[in-house]
Amino acid sequence: MNESSSRVFVEARHLGKQVHTRDGVLTLLHDINFGVEAGTSLAILGASGSGKTTLLGLLAGLDLPSEGEVILDGYGLNAFDEDGRAQLRAERVGFVFQNFQLLPGLTAVENVMLPLELARADQPRQMAEEILGRVGLGRRFDHYPNQLSGGEQQRCAIARAFATQPRCLFADEPTGNLDSETGRRIIELLFELNAEQGTTLIMATHDPHLSQLCQQRLYLDAGRLIEPEAIAGHG
Amino acid sequence: MAERRLHNLAFLWINSWRMLWRDWRANELGILALGLVIAVTSITAVGFFTDRIERGLQEQSAELLGGDLVIKSRNAAVLRYVDAVKESPLDVATTTQFRSVVLGEAQPHLVEVKAVSKNYPLRGTLRISETPFAGDTPTRAIPAPGDIWVDARLLYLLNTEVGQTVSLGEKRFTLRKILRYEPDRAGDLFSMAPRVLMNRDDLAATGLLGQGSRVTYRVLIAGAPESVEAYRSTLKGTLQPGEQIQSVEEGRPELGTALERARQFLGLAALISVLLAGVAIATVAYRFTRRHLDTSAMLRCLGTTQTVIIRLFTLEMLWLALLASTLGCLLGLLTQQVIAQLLDQLLLVRLPAPSARPLLLGYATGIVLLLGFAMPPLLALRRVPPLRVLRKDIATPPVSNSLLYLAVLLCMALLLYWQIGNVRLVSLVLAGMLGTLALLAVVAYGMIRLLNRLRTRVGMAWRFGLSNLSRRPVTSMIQVVAFGLGLMVLLLLSTVRSDLLANWQNSLPPDAPNHFVINVQPDQVDGIRQFFSQLGVENSRLYPMVRARLVEINGEPARADDYEDDRARRMITREFNLSWAEVMQQDNTLIEGRWWTQEDHGKPLLSLEAGLAETLGLAVGDVVSFNINGTVTDFTVRNLRSVEWDSFNINFFTVVPPGVLEQWPANWLTSVYLESEQRRHLAELVRTYPNVTLIDVETLMQRVRQIMDRVSLAVEFIFLFTILAGLAVLYAAIQANQDERRFENAVLRTLGAKKQTLLLGLVAEFVLLGALAGLLAGLSATSLAWLLAERVFEFDYQFDPGVILLGLVSGIVIVTIAGVLGTRRVLTHPPMETLREGAG
Repeated sequence: MNESSSRVFVEARHLGKQVHTRDGVLTLLHDINFGVEAGTSLAILGASGSGKTTLLGLLAGLDLPSEGEVILDGYGLNAFDEDGRAQLRAERVGFVFQNFQLLPGLTAVENVMLPLELARADQPRQMAEEILGRVGLGRRFDHYPNQLSGGEQQRCAIARAFATQPRCLFADEPTGNLDSETGRRIIELLFELNAEQGTTLIMATHDPHLSQLCQQRLYLDAGRLIEPEAIAGHG
Repeated sequence: MAERRLHNLAFLWINSWRMLWRDWRANELGILALGLVIAVTSITAVGFFTDRIERGLQEQSAELLGGDLVIKSRNAAVLRYVDAVKESPLDVATTTQFRSVVLGEAQPHLVEVKAVSKNYPLRGTLRISETPFAGDTPTRAIPAPGDIWVDARLLYLLNTEVGQTVSLGEKRFTLRKILRYEPDRAGDLFSMAPRVLMNRDDLAATGLLGQGSRVTYRVLIAGAPESVEAYRSTLKGTLQPGEQIQSVEEGRPELGTALERARQFLGLAALISVLLAGVAIATVAYRFTRRHLDTSAMLRCLGTTQTVIIRLFTLEMLWLALLASTLGCLLGLLTQQVIAQLLDQLLLVRLPAPSARPLLLGYATGIVLLLGFAMPPLLALRRVPPLRVLRKDIATPPVSNSLLYLAVLLCMALLLYWQIGNVRLVSLVLAGMLGTLALLAVVAYGMIRLLNRLRTRVGMAWRFGLSNLSRRPVTSMIQVVAFGLGLMVLLLLSTVRSDLLANWQNSLPPDAPNHFVINVQPDQVDGIRQFFSQLGVENSRLYPMVRARLVEINGEPARADDYEDDRARRMITREFNLSWAEVMQQDNTLIEGRWWTQEDHGKPLLSLEAGLAETLGLAVGDVVSFNINGTVTDFTVRNLRSVEWDSFNINFFTVVPPGVLEQWPANWLTSVYLESEQRRHLAELVRTYPNVTLIDVETLMQRVRQIMDRVSLAVEFIFLFTILAGLAVLYAAIQANQDERRFENAVLRTLGAKKQTLLLGLVAEFVLLGALAGLLAGLSATSLAWLLAERVFEFDYQFDPGVILLGLVSGIVIVTIAGVLGTRRVLTHPPMETLREGAG
């Protein structure tokens, strides 16, 4: 890995994404450029359909861009196939989704064990139990997702995201499906763990309050970045 | 008004077709169609095949008799009718049939001899050939004196060829032709020993028709229907006891019963596939309904009434049923051809071309199955509230489960009734099926729960597989039972069947007799005893046997009509073989009464086999009258004894003390165990005593096994559809939760799982599913085998772990390959979906 680029953990270079529909080519993202320094936080703001989710997906390597490139921890994602990108994700990236996306057939602890096992951790169960305790689900290890409340499910999802101590966390509307009080507590937990582990946080949201908690904000409108606003981070 | 109705009708027809076409393109109907095709194929295959046999027997019924009217007897006196008929305008011929032994260069072989007069057969034509594999030609001739025509099988057994000579009784014959088809033999369905056809003018020279030989004489009569009918009416009152008339109208009742049983059995076999296909159809119908909620809501919004919606979907299903049933019928036609080919060498009846009759059954099955199993969930579509167009979270009132089960049960009962046609039997079979399924389901459910406990101790892939199984325990259970059932039946038919046979053979003592010598005349008894003792066979005992007919029980005439039990009816009408003995045989056990002493010799006492006594309702002290060669003698039942029939020792239902039957012509017989070294001398025995019939048990067993192998191969072929239907259930379940799988795999990919990891998870799931199904199949097949051995056949069953292992391995291999093939598409599902779902 190149030392000089390690300060910027995620970088978008002339990122563009088009999809082919029956009516012609639809541009989802157009020439996106920015960088996120390691250990800082970024909020991607925008209305529904502005391309937030598409951008998040490209940054995490869930999809490949039509143009440009994403550099994740010094690696150009275009050079990797799906399995290679999965490997990168397993080693470096965590996810928190709006719909929690816990696997219904697995218990809380088994859900948290998943990324640990994918990253070949030595003691996945112990580590999972530890972090579940940390997010306040110490007594609900063996509960299935449908036996947990929305807030508890998101806690479990956060535990899953932080279990491997990822260098970077992607969050997609993490409070979108929660009431405001529960949402507030979840955000507290998210930022707490983020600070503890020094994780780079990239969050898609349309909640301006939430975005204020991030050090950096990007506004997306119809697939284009508008008035990119950089706040001097501490680095 | 009429115009409007027509317009409506056109709207329904056109739109239901369109819906069908759209749903087909959207891959919504694949499993429904698959289930239907499997069900219709299996049911029509059986239908076509049994229909062909039935019609074959029907069309050839005159041929099967060899004439229009047959008078049959075990007594040569029946031949008196030949002279009587000769004076009428009717044609007449005779056949004389018995078992004997043909002696070639070395080994003697058991054969079924038929000596025929000229004109034979009066109906149908013999077909012969010069060599075993040459094309055959019809002939009106019969073997010339000194010639015999034989089954190709005999040439092979004797290792000889056409033109060579063999001995039959005291005469040598030239093997002149290969007998390829014999019309009146087809009614036997299967042949145990090869046929030898000879000219009846040679009969006397063979010396085979000694006193007491078991011979069947037939007088064949044919002619214009009126003349036959007129002659037939003159026969009444002239028939002697034991003489029986057979005609085309009466057919052969025993054949009818056998056929009916076979038809019911094969029909039930096919119905298991139909049931499983129904399960597959019901499973995907739910998903189909879920995915059509929006269409229905939109149609409701646009002003379509509930009735029209239901009509549209019903018509769509009807089109599907018609199309799939047509394909199923075509495949059924091909399949029955395979079954017919498998049984070709065995079936003696010529099969006519398939008729259209089973098509009705095929289409009915398809329609009943689809409407019965798929309609209950579809009915929910009628009740979709139009508001769903705006708010997707509005639920549709679910269709009640009890309605679904009731519909399914009714459909099964209907289909069963069609196959069996007897309400009592239908309820029995239905109860048995449900009971078996419930038992299997409970075991499968228990295994799934038990397996789930391993979750904390295994790696990710296995845990994933386990969690997928236990998360949907009912779906998993259905899959395990559906697939396990098919596998179980196949295991039973293949491995367990041969195991049972081997077990039974092992249960026989190693020196159980392997040869029977029958038709020994009184003056030959000493010589034959001497022959065997020279061979080194110790204690060879010959038993006398005198033919008798049961005429009265306790002074009342014994009539078959007085008994309901089939066996009792048969026993009453057939001839009894009375034997005499001073002491009871070693392997018999006295159950009631006592054996006779020296003082009892010469008294008309009777020892009865206990089973026979029970069938005929006889007890110690009863008086039974037998007609022996025209003289009626009363016997008092002195004791009842049980007999081990499968010991291969000679045993009799009826034994009397010495000094009672000696005045009558007796026929002697014995059974001996011969080492292969000793068998070489058998030719000598046949040469010295040409009238004696030698039965080699091993050759006979081989023939039985050969027939069983072929028949079960054909049945296995039917059950192959059960496996296919089990696979359809597997695919239906896979399709039903395809969306969940897709989502889960997308989440896993997002979390960094490689394709290989996902594949391992899938493999683990299906390996476990297959293992459970295989284990269930192996265990239940073994348990059934044990039950059959211990309770029905009454011998010790040697547990065979190989059956369970075979079930396990085949379950794993088949389910894993099929499952992974069915789900591999979810592996390529892009991980972006995880975000999209939340993107709202």
